[in-house]
Amino acid sequence: MKMSGAQMVCEAIIAEGVKTVFGYPGGAIMNVYDEIYKQNGFEHILTRHEQAAVHSADGYARATGEVGVAMVTSGPGFTNAITGLATAYTDSIPLVVISGQVPLSLIGTDGFQEVDAVGISRPCTKHNYLVRSIEDLAKILKEAFYIARSGRPGPVLVDIPKDITGELGEFDYPKNVDLPTYKPRYGGNDRQIKKASEAILKAKKPLLYIGGGAVLSNAYEEIREFVSLTQIPAVETLMARGVMGADNPLLIGMLGMHGNYASNMAMSETDLIISLGARFDDRVTGKLSEFARYADIIHIDIDPANIGKIVDVDYPIVGDVKIVVQKIQALIKDKVNPDRYQVWRDILARYDELHPLSYKDSDEVLKPQWVIQRIGQLVGKDAIITSDVGQHQMWGAQFYPFDRPRQWINSGGLGTMGFGFPAAIGAKVGCPEKSVINITGDGSILMNVQELVTASEHNIPVINVILNNHFLGMVRQWQTFFYDKRYSETDLSYQPNWKMLAQACGGEGYDVTTKDEFDKALASAIEGKKVTFINVAVDRFENVLPMVPAGGALYNMLLEHKEQ
Amino acid sequence: MDKVRRVISVIVANEAQVLARVSGLFAGRGYNIDSLTVAPIPDSDLSHMTIVTKGNKRVIEQIVKQLHKLIPTFKVIEHDEMVEKEMVLIKFPIEKPISDIQALCQAYNGAIVNVGTDMFIAMVADESVRVEHFIEATKRYQPIEVVRSGVVAMER
Repeated sequence: MKMSGAQMVCEAIIAEGVKTVFGYPGGAIMNVYDEIYKQNGFEHILTRHEQAAVHSADGYARATGEVGVAMVTSGPGFTNAITGLATAYTDSIPLVVISGQVPLSLIGTDGFQEVDAVGISRPCTKHNYLVRSIEDLAKILKEAFYIARSGRPGPVLVDIPKDITGELGEFDYPKNVDLPTYKPRYGGNDRQIKKASEAILKAKKPLLYIGGGAVLSNAYEEIREFVSLTQIPAVETLMARGVMGADNPLLIGMLGMHGNYASNMAMSETDLIISLGARFDDRVTGKLSEFARYADIIHIDIDPANIGKIVDVDYPIVGDVKIVVQKIQALIKDKVNPDRYQVWRDILARYDELHPLSYKDSDEVLKPQWVIQRIGQLVGKDAIITSDVGQHQMWGAQFYPFDRPRQWINSGGLGTMGFGFPAAIGAKVGCPEKSVINITGDGSILMNVQELVTASEHNIPVINVILNNHFLGMVRQWQTFFYDKRYSETDLSYQPNWKMLAQACGGEGYDVTTKDEFDKALASAIEGKKVTFINVAVDRFENVLPMVPAGGALYNMLLEHKEQ
Repeated sequence: MDKVRRVISVIVANEAQVLARVSGLFAGRGYNIDSLTVAPIPDSDLSHMTIVTKGNKRVIEQIVKQLHKLIPTFKVIEHDEMVEKEMVLIKFPIEKPISDIQALCQAYNGAIVNVGTDMFIAMVADESVRVEHFIEATKRYQPIEVVRSGVVAMER
């Protein structure tokens, strides 16, 4: 069938089953927007900034497991999208981002709103395309979706010159993709799997180290089953919160820079790490030479480049976590003796009793940790929690009772402030039956605050809980600990009127200073069905603890901060 | 860990951007490129790249894996069993003793390939170490210009 390139873009989006596209029009992408106007196969949500469009598509993808789609114009529209692409790339989130480009004849002439999109995005996309002919367009769109969601997922950019979206061509959307140069491996090497299984049976102190790959591979049921069969304890990374479920007695907690004491000690003393889709990030390992000194390592990852990148691995297994865990379980299920690891579990339980994750509550001032626990008590399983980046993010990861994967959505790898609110909008669009709450700070929320308008216009009632300490809190904490309290440019005392700001954009706002007020505000926000700011005045100088100072050994945690 | 020199062959789809993807990977991750050559493989839609790099064991392993991870990469070959050759062109002023230089070329399986009114050009194709020796040996004739091709390699 003959149709324009712009129509092909819409038809491909529909064929891929995408229900919602986030975007912002402009000159070079206008042909496509003209077709969007004419069709009703998918909804388009107009964000108020291209960065937010990509973060919203990202939040949608993380919440649903589907590919998120964003659309932007050339030049500045595209460069605004870069932070979104880099955020998704670092956390391996499947996105297809479609950008307009100046016409082919203008490429290379420094035309109006021309920028080398494929050049700029090359290091922060899984793959990218500059479409050079209408004849390639359908195939490229199909490949883009396939590459985004297969193997180790990631964002794919398709940059389309304006004359191609205007040109007519034959639309033959491929059913399958066969790329001779790209063959992700899912099953794992059976010999390595066998060896790893034997190592698990022999170990005395094995530890599951669960990363974001376990979420991406939808492996949580298999992992919970594996744990329940073997009674091997588990730690989660920031990206894996919810895989085990907060109530699981074998979940030791989150490890790393702000992990709990028992988790970091578990990693320091284990004799066998079973890494499931984790990548030994520097925020997890601390000082490498002191990291897991007694452990052999089974590293299961779909991306071979992750294996052996940071640490030497004894049992490398390239494959999908879900499939490999099933295979290991089948091999050991009749042989494993859960009692074998009892002593190890006892040791970890004692570590946890010694220094449990805790904070000092107060009647005078709201503690941010209390607020997060309270959200957990009031909405718990019914909520999806997004977050921005900083102290609130760490408290969220530490204190919220995550019950399932995809319930916790945050920019873990890139650490993008301004991610939480648009991601919450995307998550709410993907999962309208859930309450979506963005736990944010008074610093982060102002990056992408314009999305109040988007949320109001489209009736997307996400709740932003601003843990307001009038500081750029995490940087302030480092200044307190490591820079002699020289609070260089982190005092955010000059603030907008949050309630009026939300109201001015069609939302609702609450100022909260007590526990009672918080309960009422949250109940009212859930009831109110409007985009909401709950501005919570919290203890200005609360610190995120425990803390492994950057570059320090994982077992050397600051457990409390003593005022000198 | 000690840095070693490595010759890596990469078979890639012969398409736009592919050289930029490879060189960008090296630049972005801080790997060295000592030399890089690329040309299409006859009767196919693939190209053969030969990259000479230096790094410790972990870095070389990462380079291979990261190269393989690029979507247009078909195959990455990295081992000791490579036949490698490199070419050098050296230009001399016409006043220099052409027969001496020709004799030198012959010792390195090379030849004088061009003679003009005020200069002549010698060519040698051999392993990199031999090429370096040849360049060293010609220095006493004060060459005007030296151009090396970079390494091409093939599995044995």
